[in-house]
Amino acid sequence: MSDALTVDRRIASRDTPDRRQHPRDVFVEFRDVFKAYGPKEVLRGVDLKVYRGEVLVILGGSGTGKSVTLRHVLGLEAPDSGQVLVEDEDITNLPEEELYRVRMKFGMLFQGGALFDSMTVFDNIAFPLREHTEMSEEEIARAVSEKLELVDMAGTEHLMPVDLSGGMKKRVGLARSIVLDPKMILYDEPTTGLDPITAQKINELINNLQAKLNVTSIVVTHDIQSAFSVGDRIAFLDQGVFAWVGSIDAARHADHGMLRDFLKSSAVIAAQPSN
Amino acid sequence: MLLTRARTRAEEGLIQLGELTALAGQTIQQAWRGPLERSLLMAQFDQVGVRSISIVVITSAFIGMVLALQTAYSLADFGGKLFVGRVVSLSLVRELAPVLMSLMVGGRVGAGMAAEIGTMKVTEQIDALRALATNPVRKLVVPRVIATTLMFPLLTVISCALGILGGMLIAVANLHVSANYYMRSVVESIAYNDLASGIGKTFFFGFAVGLIACYNGLRTSGGADGVGRATTVTVVSGAITVLIMDFFLTKLFLAVF
Repeated sequence: MSDALTVDRRIASRDTPDRRQHPRDVFVEFRDVFKAYGPKEVLRGVDLKVYRGEVLVILGGSGTGKSVTLRHVLGLEAPDSGQVLVEDEDITNLPEEELYRVRMKFGMLFQGGALFDSMTVFDNIAFPLREHTEMSEEEIARAVSEKLELVDMAGTEHLMPVDLSGGMKKRVGLARSIVLDPKMILYDEPTTGLDPITAQKINELINNLQAKLNVTSIVVTHDIQSAFSVGDRIAFLDQGVFAWVGSIDAARHADHGMLRDFLKSSAVIAAQPSN
Repeated sequence: MLLTRARTRAEEGLIQLGELTALAGQTIQQAWRGPLERSLLMAQFDQVGVRSISIVVITSAFIGMVLALQTAYSLADFGGKLFVGRVVSLSLVRELAPVLMSLMVGGRVGAGMAAEIGTMKVTEQIDALRALATNPVRKLVVPRVIATTLMFPLLTVISCALGILGGMLIAVANLHVSANYYMRSVVESIAYNDLASGIGKTFFFGFAVGLIACYNGLRTSGGADGVGRATTVTVVSGAITVLIMDFFLTKLFLAVF
């Protein structure tokens, strides 16, 4: 089946009123995960479940281990203790070669886009297709332009990464991460370093992709506007553990002090006058 | 305090040696398993081999010329002019061309490789490769190490030829030795084992330089500062490794041939 047909069928089934009511089918699970770098303990017993079809936002301050958590999902980091499960498979101790099979389920948008700077936009997006499929160059060209259109970057195939702005790099990075039709997309600080208008466009893009591709997503961010714009649930990381996990609506009324401070700082909830 | 620091350094050194050995093993395994990507290999052959020819030509020619001058000067009392061809060619083929070429080209390509891979590391491009289920060793290390392993011997042949020609230029122009006599003494003095020993060593030098550069690139951390550090460490450790390996390989080849 061609990529275009696959996408069309997904588009047909998107935007149902209950698209955000995910079945409680666990896609990724963290069980008591610890991770330290030298004397610095980053994760101190992380427990988390990510359900199929949802957008989970991992929120937290800088340096609290949000990106480290995300890297554990792909097996880019291995926990010191505890388990990481993907679709019920324990990937904690899998060798690198076997992790490649697991990673085919994911697409990841890195903070700076992580485009290969010796390749054009076209070659960057074509890279996973050339590596992992038997598609002809003609089919690859079709798939690349289709994904570029999805991220509103049509016509930029010939550009080099150095010619792109920060927001454009993230869009191309996103196109590359979805070109193999992953089941889950991981976003590492998708709006960091962008102006508010571009950041909002990236948020809209995440929502559009979620609707069109019907995937599961984890978004790591400290941008609260972005979190409320794209998320179904929030997991708040503080001092190495998920201190608060719940729906977006519940987050507005959460009694967790640090989370409330976080939300107040972005005026998501009104600041209470202090007595 | 000093003892503790020395012990920590020694431990770090051993860990790095272990990691380097592991990378060598993975590189050989990935190269053996194949398939090798022709376009990546060609790009590295060009980068390591073709683009190094100019510095090899210039340095080798001048080394040959200096060698001829020094030989004639130091052996003047013994009729040194007659031995210029023999001394220049043997010194170049057995020792100077392999080692100096490896140091020069090793510095150039090693620094480039460490900086390129190091930049990829700090900009998360290596992580992106892994996230896209692609082995960075197969994609980045294998073509570079194959290129250095195969190109160093070829560049050494060029270096020997240019050094001998440089020596001839001085022999003819300064020392008034005929070109015919010079070349005859060169051909008569170089034996098969001299060539095998001199050029044979450079396969090992090339492998080591490529591997060290890729290793330092892959373990880069800390942004631009880290890239600079990786580049410096590559040039220094590459040069030291070549000189240490040269001693042991010379002993080995003297025993074998």
